[in-house]
Amino acid sequence: MTGMSSIVKTVTRWVSPFIFAFGIYIALTGHLTPGGGFPGGVIIAGCFILLTLAYGKETTFGLFNLESSAVTDSLAALAFLCMGFLGYVFGGGFFNNFIQSGFPGTSFRLLSGGNMPIINLAIGLKVGASLFAVFAYLALFRAIEED
Amino acid sequence: MVLIQVFLVFAIIAALVAVEAPSALSSIISLGAVGFGLSIAFLWLGAPDIAITQVVVEIVTLVILIRATIARGVTEIRGNESKTLLIGSLILFGLGSAFFANYLSDFPEFGKSAMETFSNPASQFYLKFGLDKAGGPNIVNDILLDFRAFDTLGEATVLFAAILGAITLLNRKVFVDSGEEKQ
Repeated sequence: MTGMSSIVKTVTRWVSPFIFAFGIYIALTGHLTPGGGFPGGVIIAGCFILLTLAYGKETTFGLFNLESSAVTDSLAALAFLCMGFLGYVFGGGFFNNFIQSGFPGTSFRLLSGGNMPIINLAIGLKVGASLFAVFAYLALFRAIEED
Repeated sequence: MVLIQVFLVFAIIAALVAVEAPSALSSIISLGAVGFGLSIAFLWLGAPDIAITQVVVEIVTLVILIRATIARGVTEIRGNESKTLLIGSLILFGLGSAFFANYLSDFPEFGKSAMETFSNPASQFYLKFGLDKAGGPNIVNDILLDFRAFDTLGEATVLFAAILGAITLLNRKVFVDSGEEKQ
């Protein structure tokens, strides 16, 4: 059993890049418009869940398997923590917004807000990868009846 | 304001259906209805950030839960209703009602922000200096990622630990690929 019918596969092939881009957009412009890292990450996870349901897990795991999701999750969490320590080193306080105080961008532009877009993107990747891993473990594997 | 109450009553009815439904699948779907009703209420109350998060999490949770119930063959809800549970929940309900009857008069009016109710709230500081100090027009993200970033780190740590625990529990050797041989 590899996925659903060809109608579902075609629609998924058309739609899923836009869903992924929308998730990245929601996460990256969280400091300008409503949204942020968490909903963006959930949308990214939803994109991969849609791919998995439509095409079956072999195709999706070729793109993004459980090991890479664990690596992405951990690296994004580390990046979030590193932004805090960089603020401590350069700004004098844990999670000090040192980029904003050093190089304040134009307000209402993407390159403003200092390290907020970076943290948002890190949270988005972390949430997306971890939710996809939970989906994979919960829904794709089945428990054997215990003896 | 009437529309919000309509959606809240809808959410309460859906929650009752979710509790009382005989099959797991219909109870999960009613749980999704609760989430959508709540998210529309959030949108009408002027909290688009929470509304977006609620909708998105609701959709993904619904898909995961439905897929997990189908994959594991859980369709019926079994359980015995004991008298102790009923008495305990009645006592808790009474305590909660007494508490709310005491303190409800001090709450801000429904749909009004705390800033109009209290004279000098702490959140006034964020509204005044958010754009200058943090640099983002979205004040919610200013607070989450700049003023209260340490809180957000704690949240991320909780999520990390929860997912680590879930995967550790689910990733035992007794699990196989659905419909295939043992790994």
